[in-house]
Amino acid sequence: MSATLTHSQSARIRTGILAALIALGMVGLAYASVPLYRIFCQVTGFGGTTQAGSITGLATPEQLQALGGRSIKVRFDGNVRGLPWDFAPVDNRVQIKIGEQAMAYYSAASSASSATTGTATFNVSPAAAGKYFVKIQCFCFNEQTLQPGQKVEMPIVYYVDPAILDDPDARNIDEITLSYTFFPVEAPTRAPGIYATGKADIPAR
Amino acid sequence: MASTASPLVAHDDHAHADHHDHSLSFIQRWLFSTNHKDIGTLYLIFAIFAGIVGGALSGFMRWELANPGMQVLPWFTDGNIDAAYHLWNVFITGHGVIMVFFMVMPALIGGFGNWFVPIMIGAPDMAFPRMNNISFWLTVTAFCLLGASMFVPGPAGFNGAGTGWTVYPPLSTSGHPGPAVDLAIFSLHLAGAASILGAINFITTIFNMRAPGMTLHKMPLFVWSVLVTAFLLLLSLPVLAGAITMLLTDRNFGTTFFDAAGGGDPVLYQHLFWFFGHPEVYIMILPAFGIVSQVISTFARKPVFGYLGMAYAMVAIGFVGFIVWAHHMFTVGLSVNTKMYFTAATMIIAVPTGIKIFSWIATMWGGKMTFETPMLWALGFIFMFTVGGVTGIVLSNGGVDTYMHDTYYVVAHFHYVLSLGAVFGLFAGFYYWFGKMSGKLYNEFLGKLHFWVFFIGVNVLFFPMHFLGANGMPRRIPDYPEAFAYWNQIASWGYAIMLAGMAVFFVNVFLSLFGGRKAAANPWGEGATTLEWTLSSPPPFHQFETLPDLTKVQQAH
Repeated sequence: MSATLTHSQSARIRTGILAALIALGMVGLAYASVPLYRIFCQVTGFGGTTQAGSITGLATPEQLQALGGRSIKVRFDGNVRGLPWDFAPVDNRVQIKIGEQAMAYYSAASSASSATTGTATFNVSPAAAGKYFVKIQCFCFNEQTLQPGQKVEMPIVYYVDPAILDDPDARNIDEITLSYTFFPVEAPTRAPGIYATGKADIPAR
Repeated sequence: MASTASPLVAHDDHAHADHHDHSLSFIQRWLFSTNHKDIGTLYLIFAIFAGIVGGALSGFMRWELANPGMQVLPWFTDGNIDAAYHLWNVFITGHGVIMVFFMVMPALIGGFGNWFVPIMIGAPDMAFPRMNNISFWLTVTAFCLLGASMFVPGPAGFNGAGTGWTVYPPLSTSGHPGPAVDLAIFSLHLAGAASILGAINFITTIFNMRAPGMTLHKMPLFVWSVLVTAFLLLLSLPVLAGAITMLLTDRNFGTTFFDAAGGGDPVLYQHLFWFFGHPEVYIMILPAFGIVSQVISTFARKPVFGYLGMAYAMVAIGFVGFIVWAHHMFTVGLSVNTKMYFTAATMIIAVPTGIKIFSWIATMWGGKMTFETPMLWALGFIFMFTVGGVTGIVLSNGGVDTYMHDTYYVVAHFHYVLSLGAVFGLFAGFYYWFGKMSGKLYNEFLGKLHFWVFFIGVNVLFFPMHFLGANGMPRRIPDYPEAFAYWNQIASWGYAIMLAGMAVFFVNVFLSLFGGRKAAANPWGEGATTLEWTLSSPPPFHQFETLPDLTKVQQAH
């Protein structure tokens, strides 16, 4: 084969490289899908991803008046995987007014012999309610560290967005279940402690 | 094309440089082969071998399912029932991966694609012959890795990857701590890389190496089908590669792409997998569409009805195939609106598919039809694929699928479109081109006998699965309640009938190869109009030393 490429050979190589670049681009897209999927879930509440919001989103007294005191039942669920903790909601269920700020507690007790750190994942079901379940403050926004034998109560401040009543998929929901699962954190990023934090403190993840 | 004249020049250089290829040693010719026909032959032999392995696995599965209880698999595990349960999972995984990646794809794309795409467009060889060789041997290596994965630890205490061909986490991550799944992932990586290289090769060949006058709209439909398939491979396989690489790092390097404990989501894997997986099913069926178009046109002695519609129906199927993936995951908790979209989008695929089915029928309408073996397989293909398509429309309903998901109804559906659709297309192509490839005529009686026994066998085998699925029998189970015994036993008898049909096939292949009469250049007569029939049987080692000039030809397909 001669050292110089003929016209048709370079055309083939150009097409070949172009096709290879498309393949590489698709690998890139596969990895880009990870952050894209996360953003998609956060924006749409897809799959029961809850919303982290601030107090500014709360309904005004006039709006509350207009809702006529519609209420909704909220159930709580707590799970632990891989940590020697007892973790459960203080109240299993409450009835709250839609649009009104509410507070709930989970209790956590460690039976480990040394300090253990965990982080909680969360989701709500039915999934369609995820978009309207807004947490102002939550222990799940941060890693939590329990000393041996320590028992604490962890707060959540939340409300159910009145917009739920305008969504044909979510309007008829009368019971929302909020579920947390604590997983161990091998390399804690913060000083040991119990943190209940607002949106501003949420680490980018 | 601006460069229509230059392939001539390039080809002439090449031909001179390789003129003493005919004295290649066995090793040079078959291990270092760069000739598209030799590589195609290697792919076909490999696919037949892999088909025997994958088919044997399904034979043990059908044997085990013939009766309730665990009778067969415990023989392999010294009577240990738990190990037999796991062995079942290893078998279904092996059967699925082998049939998809090492039987159907190598045969249709690597085998017939390599053999006939260059010839049909009047090219002397593929664009990158040495890359073609790499593709083949990567596929063989991938097959060896998959085989090896069956013999190393998977889940605690047992050997092999029992994840299913979908390799969903967390079963494939925390559920299989041993190296078996790593080997299976490497196997998919290599098979995927081989197919991507092959796809690049086909795209470059078809875009740059067509003979003068062979415009895109004159290409035979088989070439069109391989072109669309190559694009599907190019766009979907890298996504699988990315997904299983994430799986690999989740397993070994502490990432948490699919692990909820670290903020990941296992459902994301399912999205990525099926973004690859759905185009993959079209990758398996489109080349069969192409073969069936050639065969029907040949034996109806008419050009294909609605040529452009047929070509662009395949483009449309390929495009829509990328935006329907979530119909494989209707039960993961999608919202009603999402399910509605994926239901509607999935049903739309029936439109271009319907165009193809009706155009095949219209091609036969008024034709001087004869029913040689390839035509029987092509007609069998249309029948089977239509049955599978109808059950596909049933399953595409998000609501119905909530009931049908993971039942034998799904197994029946995808075996009708793949095991019967793609495989009937494969056999149609095999008999259609056997004389061309080997230079020997196959035995017509044995070919027809193979068809009828196989046709009856697979229908007895797969049709009862609809009933089992409608009654709620889950897939992927080695044992089942007494209530499902009746149809399971009949299905297993169907396997035995099919096996007898395959025996006829192998007898025919051996008899024809060693004692067959010499095939003429064109044994099919006036209906066979594509370029391969203008060459001798088998074609010369290098064809088209002077390129065919098709500028005057009205219709080449």
